[in-house]
Amino acid sequence: MNNNPIIKVENLTHIYSPGTPFQVVSLEGISLEIARGEFFAVIGSTGSGKSTLVQHFNGILAPAKGKIWVCGADISDKRQRRDLWRRVGLVFQQPEQQLFEETVFDDVAFGPRNMGFDQDEVKRRVEKALQQMGLDPATVSGVPPFRLSGGMRRKVAIAGVLAMTPEVLILDEPAAGLDPQGRKQLMDLVEDFRREEGVTMVLVTHNMEEAALWTDRMAVLDKGRLVMEGSTREVFNKAGELRALGLNVPAPAQLMCKLRAAGKQVRTDVLTNEEAVEEIARLLSET
Amino acid sequence: MREFKATGPVSNTLESHGSRLTTHDSNEIFIQVKDLVHIYNRGKRGEFRALSGVSLEIKKGEFLAVVGPNGSGKSTLIMHFNALLTPTEGEVIVGGLDTRDPRHIWEIRRQVGIVFQNPDNQIVSSLLEEDVAFGVENLGLPPEEVRERVEEALSLTGLSGVRDRPPHLLSGGQKQRLAVAGVLAMCPACLVLDEPSSMLDPAGRAELMETLVRLNRSGRVTVILVTHFMEDAARADKIIVMNEGRLVLTGPPDRVFAEHALLDEINLALPAAAEISRGLRRRGFPVPDGILSLDDLVSFLCRR
Repeated sequence: MNNNPIIKVENLTHIYSPGTPFQVVSLEGISLEIARGEFFAVIGSTGSGKSTLVQHFNGILAPAKGKIWVCGADISDKRQRRDLWRRVGLVFQQPEQQLFEETVFDDVAFGPRNMGFDQDEVKRRVEKALQQMGLDPATVSGVPPFRLSGGMRRKVAIAGVLAMTPEVLILDEPAAGLDPQGRKQLMDLVEDFRREEGVTMVLVTHNMEEAALWTDRMAVLDKGRLVMEGSTREVFNKAGELRALGLNVPAPAQLMCKLRAAGKQVRTDVLTNEEAVEEIARLLSET
Repeated sequence: MREFKATGPVSNTLESHGSRLTTHDSNEIFIQVKDLVHIYNRGKRGEFRALSGVSLEIKKGEFLAVVGPNGSGKSTLIMHFNALLTPTEGEVIVGGLDTRDPRHIWEIRRQVGIVFQNPDNQIVSSLLEEDVAFGVENLGLPPEEVRERVEEALSLTGLSGVRDRPPHLLSGGQKQRLAVAGVLAMCPACLVLDEPSSMLDPAGRAELMETLVRLNRSGRVTVILVTHFMEDAARADKIIVMNEGRLVLTGPPDRVFAEHALLDEINLALPAAAEISRGLRRRGFPVPDGILSLDDLVSFLCRR
């Protein structure tokens, strides 16, 4: 791993509504590092603190205890935190609900305009971001967002973050609610953006297949604590532990575990259907 | 449209692992859709034909899965099941009542409860328990009965432990279960869920699926599940496949998932077990069609 992490979390604790009857300790004693250029997944059952954790990465939330450095900035320091929004893009769950401008162009241009770019640069960035999200600027720019389909609105919302060319892009369930084809298309676009721009990517997801397919490393949260961290393949080879946390391994890995339980000598650390086919083909050829 | 009739328990060469639900004997039709056409903004700017000539029958006690790409008309179709939408052309009869007749609306909505995709849109109270009770209290039932129904709905959805939380402090998945609980408490004859799993974690999704199966098997509730998870659809009695506003395929899961060419054409995936079986067939291994669950695939591979 890179010696110079772009995100470093040290002993982070977060408490919602502190001092009220509704006080909830949402994160407790989290430490982790994310290397520059990495595609990192945060998984965990609902309510495990995933969204709370990543909202610290661009300074929306400040730690109750502990320290976080993002792109070299200490986010506990108000002054250092203030400029983080330019460098760290956060795509919330269902971001299409936050579209508010009258046209697609204006919505995507909101971020770059706030960054103080001139008109030409704003236009260049908007068009590039729309293209990166697979949308044709010429046809969608003048359209009111509410006239687009849900899937297209989602892409417009993400384009609004891409147009700010962040160094770190955080995606909180970016593909939830899309059909499998739409999911794959969106993740393909996001991966192309990651490669082209060399950004560090943090993906929050409930979809184990998606984490398996795209990410290099993962952190697993449970009730606000970090319970596993490692390469995606390592973590998904711990089916029993993950199930105990209300998670699971991707379907092809489940299959291999079941075969192993039935006495077949197969690898269980497969991540994709193709890898499962490969491994079963090997097994069938041997017998 | 290709239609496959379910002929009693599905006769395939595989031993059933209980992963598929039993076919219901009841032949009583609960929802009948005839030549349904739905056009949004008819004659206005933005006119959009969402459904074209859809006909189908849903039997009482059936577990029906509705699949298809985004924009294929799934949500529009189910909104006809409790008269949130009424036909532009054709008709929808629910429990013998025509949805076009405004006098029937409340009776239809009492019988058919819908849980939508986005739970935030249907949470009304500042305490979880109150939110579940909201609909029931409006039925004018005695307080004891209200309490009982709320209890049952909370425990069925696994929310008893967080009952006194304000909904805005719940996670996305908990909110989704809360929305299900609110509808369950109304004791509908038919429960319709529009992609309830999209924000759930694997355990939450499995739990919700077990809850639905249990409710359905108890014989009290007809379940209609709109889903993108083919593993879940594979557990239904019947699947309908929508594409571009039309019903393109209907039948029991093993028949529907055998239609590879058609499913590929509309970009619909197979359950993982079926996808892996297909990969093995391509490599020259004689794996039969109709394997939909991982357990079935494991038992096939172990018998070889």
